[in-house]
Amino acid sequence: MEQADLQRLFDSKIEQEIRIEPKDWMPEAYRKTNLRQISQHAHSEVVGMLPEANWITRAPSLRRKVALLAKVQDEAGHGLYLYSAAETLGTSRDEMMDDLNSGKAKYSSIFNYPTLNWADIGAIGWLVDGAAITNQVALCRTSYGPYARAMVRICKEESFHQRQGYEIMMSMAFGTPQQKQMAQDALNRWWWPALMMFGPNDSESTHSQQSLDWKIKRVSNDDLRQEFVDKSIPQVEYLGLTLPDPDLKWNEERGHYDFGSIDWEEFYRVVSGNGPCNKERLQARNKAHNEGAWVREAAMAFAEKRQTNVA
Amino acid sequence: MGDNGLILGQRLAEWCGHGPILEQDIALTNISLDLIGQARLWLSLAGQIEGQGRDEDKLAYFRDANEFRHLNLCEQPNGHWGTTILRQFLFDAFHLPLLEQISKFDDPQLASIAQKCVKEVRYHLRWSSEWAVRLGDGTEESHEKMQQALADVWPFAGEAILANAFDLELAEINPAYNIQMVNKAWWSTVNDVFNQANLEVPAANWAPQKGREGIHTERLGFILAEMQFLPRAYPDAQW
Repeated sequence: MEQADLQRLFDSKIEQEIRIEPKDWMPEAYRKTNLRQISQHAHSEVVGMLPEANWITRAPSLRRKVALLAKVQDEAGHGLYLYSAAETLGTSRDEMMDDLNSGKAKYSSIFNYPTLNWADIGAIGWLVDGAAITNQVALCRTSYGPYARAMVRICKEESFHQRQGYEIMMSMAFGTPQQKQMAQDALNRWWWPALMMFGPNDSESTHSQQSLDWKIKRVSNDDLRQEFVDKSIPQVEYLGLTLPDPDLKWNEERGHYDFGSIDWEEFYRVVSGNGPCNKERLQARNKAHNEGAWVREAAMAFAEKRQTNVA
Repeated sequence: MGDNGLILGQRLAEWCGHGPILEQDIALTNISLDLIGQARLWLSLAGQIEGQGRDEDKLAYFRDANEFRHLNLCEQPNGHWGTTILRQFLFDAFHLPLLEQISKFDDPQLASIAQKCVKEVRYHLRWSSEWAVRLGDGTEESHEKMQQALADVWPFAGEAILANAFDLELAEINPAYNIQMVNKAWWSTVNDVFNQANLEVPAANWAPQKGREGIHTERLGFILAEMQFLPRAYPDAQW
């Protein structure tokens, strides 16, 4: 087929909501955009293990310890599905990992914030996973098949994590005065970074329009953010906590909550590598990778030896 | 049994997010989850038998170091991946035959917990044996690292398989319990796996360890300081 015919076939699939599959022809920019987005998403799962793993050894009951271990393990599993989905676009997991470790690839900036008290584990499950789900439910309809299917699976687990996170927040907010204080402190620190997870305002977002046209992205950043704010506020009220936003109020006319403007300067500082924990997170990933090199080499050498013996 | 699972599970949990390969990070977390899950069963039962109202969390979070009864092997630091594998292997090779015996005890509660654990621990032993062989017989570097890690953890293994007064007492109550048989099974597994792994049994003798009597190494205080901090700092809180 001629290039123009291939392009027409691709366009008509997008138009008719037929998923694009790995062996289908696709425009190079479509492939690259998907690869960037899926690998960033995979990296986010893997780096996202670190702030939560920070509290596993200090979890305050054995039930919580086991739940948190299982949750962080789920994130590793999500990383695996997503790396597999990204590999269908022609880049190996090793290459993607190298890009992560060298700082070339991005991951969600939210994981560059520290977990400072136990309620942070609740706040991450509730708000960070909650924001992620808002995004990912929309991505279950994304146009690239392997990504959409990975999202369906991941969404199921994430909504379980979110309930678990909210349950931690409830036991903190309804607990002793010190626990309530920890819950409020966690909410104060995680609220704005959670809103930043939806990305720049639509007017500023560089990739948005093309991604919407290709149906990689299904709902705009600002619409998703609004949806998240609207559903979070009753949950905050139920906990008896307050949000660190004096401009927050119900807008009868719009049928939505109005909220204050995001500190985009902070957002871009964190994205460009200057967040509270960027260096620490990358160092931890590099350390695990470098110290694991001899293990991976030995496993390869062993597998080769056995193969030779069998042959 | 509960303290072994809890303390080793806590050590393994330190790896979460830092493993050499994502798949193995998941595998090690699984073992940690199993061991802590088992510890919850044993500790709950211990609290119930004691009858003083102590539940799994009271026992895990509100005992001091000298009240813990695990093998000192369990509290040894993770070291590198090979150290963790060998510590795990030496423990699993003891844990499995011990559980197999307990699963035949007359006491139905002990037996039923042990039966559940046996299924999990059979997998642990398979996993740690495979990794011991893979790294022992991998590259020259990995072989050397394993042999050296073995020298570090080996002296602690003796405590698992040498009888103390408690073993003799327990054998009187439970004829199904026989530490000599555990010892035999352990040596047979160890010899078989080391043979495949090309690893040599270290010349060093067992260190005299008395973890089961509550005398631990200096490591335990730090593990507990970290693990118990929150409930101890806020004893009235529900989490």
